[in-house]
Amino acid sequence: MAEFLINGFLIFLLAIIAVVAIRSIKIFSTVMLAGAYSLICAIIFVSLDAVDVAFTEAAVGAGLSTVLYIAAMRHLPKREKVVNDNTIFAFIVCFGVGCLLIWASFDLPVIGDPMAPIHQHVGPYYISNTKPDMGIPNLVTGVLASYRGYDTLGETVVIFTAGLGVLLLLGDGKNRDKNE
Amino acid sequence: MIHGILGIWNYWIVIILMMTGLFIVISRHNLVKKMVGLTIFQTSVFLFYISLGKVQGGTAPILTGYKDSLYSNPLPHVLILTAIVVGVATTALGLALILRIKSEYGTIEENEIAKLNTEENSK
Repeated sequence: MAEFLINGFLIFLLAIIAVVAIRSIKIFSTVMLAGAYSLICAIIFVSLDAVDVAFTEAAVGAGLSTVLYIAAMRHLPKREKVVNDNTIFAFIVCFGVGCLLIWASFDLPVIGDPMAPIHQHVGPYYISNTKPDMGIPNLVTGVLASYRGYDTLGETVVIFTAGLGVLLLLGDGKNRDKNE
Repeated sequence: MIHGILGIWNYWIVIILMMTGLFIVISRHNLVKKMVGLTIFQTSVFLFYISLGKVQGGTAPILTGYKDSLYSNPLPHVLILTAIVVGVATTALGLALILRIKSEYGTIEENEIAKLNTEENSK
């Protein structure tokens, strides 16, 4: 019960941060709020038993992304020029989609229900076979590196492609300085 | 009653966060802010997956050695681990694109870029 209350409070905090991030005009504060948002997400992941996800989110989501944003902001304007020309349209779209999703959420299994469909499929297999197959206690590592190793290979291909894209777009920085 | 609401409370907040992200992407013209909106959207999906993988009374999916331990489902954790790392790669690519747009157009406001484009075409 207590963990659900803590979880409920933290996730409510997230919603507040997201709303403040919309309203702030300074890009810098939006970026820092996004970092805080990721960090609180990491705490929620710990309370939902996803410790591996939590430290990846804290290191990569809160740390590395924020560094990337700040590095990019050196060359970008610091303030947003506020133009509210399609706010009402956006609000109607988001409100409509949100209502439909909340309607659909009543069909989802209750959080923590051990009989939910997700826990009946390959999850129990991974839990009972990781130790005999790989001999390591961390199930997430076992699944990531062995059972679903091809997923991880695909992930590295995506990261390689993204890195290549960044290099091709920015080059060595000489072209950019010439244009400025 | 209170447990009934807490059981799907996570889903509701996830939906609100997702719609907040979508709202930022649609209504703000600043490209960096749009990227932050996409990040919020993305993280809400992560939360949704991790919430689904939770088992009441379970522990983190690291084998404790006791026979009767109850573990949360490791599969969503693996999927989201991959998604977080891919997410930061796409963020880097997006920011690189924004930097190029800044050096070409001199602005990162979407409406100003659209105006510059129509002026360019009408010449």
